[in-house]
Amino acid sequence: MSKTAKLVVNAIGRAVPTEVNGKPVIPYKGVGKHKPEGRKYGPRIASCADFPEDGNKLVQSLRQALIKSGLKDGMTISTHHHFRNGDLIAVQIFDIAKELGIKNLVWFPSASFECHAPLTKYLEDGTIHHIEGSMNGQLGRFTSEGKMKGTGVLRSHGGRYQAVQDGEVEIDIAVIAAPAADFFGNANGVDGPAACGLLGFALADSQYADKVIVVTDNLVPFPCVPWQIQGNYVDYVVKVDQVGIPSKIVSGTTEITRSPDRLLLAEMTARFCEHAGIIKDGFSFQAGAGGTALSIGIYFAEMLKAKGMKARFARGGSNKYLVSMLQEGLVDYILDGQTFDLDGVKSMRENPNHVNTSPFTSYNYHGKGNFASMLDVVILGATEVDLNFNANVVTHSDGLLLHGIGGWQNCLFAKCTILPVPLFRDRIPVIRDEVTTLCGPGELIDVIVTERGIAINPLRTDLIERVRDSGLPVKTIHQLKEEAEKICGVPAKQKFEKEIVAVVKWVDGTVLDTIYKVSS
Amino acid sequence: MSKTGFAGNKGDKDRSDCFVELELASSGGIRVALKSKVKFLYGDSIEALCNEVLAFFDVKHAVVTLEDKGALPFVIAARLEAAIKRVIRTEKEFLPALLTENQYETARDRHRFSRLYLPGNTPSLMINAGVHKPDAVILDLEDAVAIDRKSEARFLVRNTLRALDFMGAERMVRINQLPAGLNDLDYIIPHHVNVVLIPKCENAHQIHEVNNHILAIHNRLNVRSTVWLMPIVESALGIVNVFQIAGAADNVVAVAIGLEDYTADLGVSRTIEGTESLFARSMVVNACKAAGVQPIDSVFSDVGDMEGLQKNVMQSKALGFEGMGCIHPRQIKIIRDGFAPADQEINKAKRIVCAFDEATRKGLGVVSLGTKMIDAPVVKREQRTIDLAISLGKLDTNWKDTFNAEVQA
Repeated sequence: MSKTAKLVVNAIGRAVPTEVNGKPVIPYKGVGKHKPEGRKYGPRIASCADFPEDGNKLVQSLRQALIKSGLKDGMTISTHHHFRNGDLIAVQIFDIAKELGIKNLVWFPSASFECHAPLTKYLEDGTIHHIEGSMNGQLGRFTSEGKMKGTGVLRSHGGRYQAVQDGEVEIDIAVIAAPAADFFGNANGVDGPAACGLLGFALADSQYADKVIVVTDNLVPFPCVPWQIQGNYVDYVVKVDQVGIPSKIVSGTTEITRSPDRLLLAEMTARFCEHAGIIKDGFSFQAGAGGTALSIGIYFAEMLKAKGMKARFARGGSNKYLVSMLQEGLVDYILDGQTFDLDGVKSMRENPNHVNTSPFTSYNYHGKGNFASMLDVVILGATEVDLNFNANVVTHSDGLLLHGIGGWQNCLFAKCTILPVPLFRDRIPVIRDEVTTLCGPGELIDVIVTERGIAINPLRTDLIERVRDSGLPVKTIHQLKEEAEKICGVPAKQKFEKEIVAVVKWVDGTVLDTIYKVSS
Repeated sequence: MSKTGFAGNKGDKDRSDCFVELELASSGGIRVALKSKVKFLYGDSIEALCNEVLAFFDVKHAVVTLEDKGALPFVIAARLEAAIKRVIRTEKEFLPALLTENQYETARDRHRFSRLYLPGNTPSLMINAGVHKPDAVILDLEDAVAIDRKSEARFLVRNTLRALDFMGAERMVRINQLPAGLNDLDYIIPHHVNVVLIPKCENAHQIHEVNNHILAIHNRLNVRSTVWLMPIVESALGIVNVFQIAGAADNVVAVAIGLEDYTADLGVSRTIEGTESLFARSMVVNACKAAGVQPIDSVFSDVGDMEGLQKNVMQSKALGFEGMGCIHPRQIKIIRDGFAPADQEINKAKRIVCAFDEATRKGLGVVSLGTKMIDAPVVKREQRTIDLAISLGKLDTNWKDTFNAEVQA
């Protein structure tokens, strides 16, 4: 497609294309406004007659499995990111594709990490046409500079499940790297040298892909239990020496922050929750994996202990801090999407109250409800927030792609969404007239906590009322913006090229915003 | 003078700072080469600021290289001025606007439990200092600044005093050891500094020297502002003379003790138990109480050891100290809560003060609480606890109303 396609203005005022990578797309219509009719995407019917009766689906190598799966030009290849920066499989897939002379593949990961930076060479030589997933680090820079052949598509974890389920993305070959598997293809994330806890991000891939390959370095005799991935969906199983680097798999931010500024944000956020009446017996919460979010969990634990209360459930990413809350009885259940450290993995393996979830249960917007909207409070990060509380999480203020969306968009549906952010980062103000990239509609974002004051969305008169006499420094978002500009100066408006490098999808598959090439 | 001047920091870990290099030229006008992570937002305004500063100092031809890591305008101006003053001699000063928020004076007897030290040449640590709500911030020109950076730090501290809001914290500066420290005063006295810390103070004469210098600055500028002094005694001689120092002038509000230098002077190691400094600390407390000023304890240098800090605060308070320096914002809360009266202490004070009221109303000569006789000095001490609790917001001004109602109920 032409990268300067026809644009229309969507329901939140952003100019978006009506066609991406040659396929028509629907502009964002508003929260809860787009309800597609029709039926879900259906994968091909398989027959046991085509599979060995003894259940043994082992093939010699990943290369052979890919060839048997019919790898050819233009296919969509999916991988999951449970191995985070320790993933050894995704790059191998494209090494093989390159050797086979395959072109124009679409990589559809649930997230990308710095370890995937070698893929830039395949984006350059045309082995990969574009990425639909997240573009971080070097891949983000490459995309932002307009070097990718196709247009990147950014989706939330829930949006990824939705896109697969609704048939927006048809996965030709799913490669599911697994810490433990049997020859039938049953697989899990709790056992083995590359233990990562669970494999929830690969659920949609196993259910809907045309061909499914399970790759493991820990082949166990049938049955592999628990079977987080069911072998009945799997075509081929490959045994390799190593699927992931353990130390990098569990290297997520697992220490609480020592930054005094971030600790202050965490403390203010926890105090806000207390005064707003959110912390009560049986409440539920989700905090991300960053240092600030971890610290908030610790403040929650202290408050619960002091009040003799407990939370009913916490949504993970889990880590040792959340696990210790579970062990101390401060929370009944962890409903976990990914485990960030070995304590999380061990707890998921051994504690029945530490439950693995998937983007289907937690986040999928085209389902009969999901867990995210049931949460009493969720705490998330952001790079920018505008005066209407719209927020950005994928680009820097300079327009460079920085993060994937992760579960961020999906979590906005919680009963109270709080973004603790510094008022400015090395002179770059966080609260802006307009966000560089709009990833979350302001109507779903309730509270912005900064070190210099807390802004509550005017739509949340209930929250405003509840913290009125709390002594917390409540200000308007306009006041916060003025305060930042008084310190930093009024920022100039950024300039971008006209060329589109990526689009941001909303949880329902509509196009929320457009990301442009950065000026060199 | 050299033709090339420089100032500031550009290390990998330096943030919110910049490095300026300036080379005078004989022709070609002003050329600014800007490398900045915020260029896309502030490039034009940074260049405009550079041109304004250079024009102010009548620099007409120069090449300026600015490597910026998100420095705020007052930092850029300070760095550029420091670089300029390495290549030209001038009495002029490029002063950022003085924030109205910064034009406050402080009371002699305000509490000074937690005073956060901020290295005087490190902008990133200063910018958010106020949000951590220390009782005071100390912009440090002495030990926290390398010898070859003393000069540029003065411009930064001056601009910081004018342009950075510390949100009501008392604004202190630790000058260098005299006599060099006297020159520091020119950069801080005209800019609403509240307290000057005089390091390694050993006699009353040094206090008089500082005061004479302040007076000269005031006379020259024809202004008056209240400037309090906090001498730091950190030698055997200083400890011996501490009463003389504490009472040397009306504007001495506190005396702090510096134990790293003191123990070095004694030739002993500083221990957690602090037996080696018990005499010195008791001496400082006693002298300060005798002179009517606040005794302030030395900093606790292990920022990772919160339990050790807490113990240290409790010991310090038990000895009679009324505050401590902080070298990390995380220490503020523990120090403030430690020195502030505990709920238990406040409750006891309430009962005693009310018993005293009751006795006075009944015309009794003796105050008693239960079977215990209360002496007059005890009442006085407990009244101070009450006053402190009120000033910290831990107790309502009308506490007696609710307290009496509770007692009657």
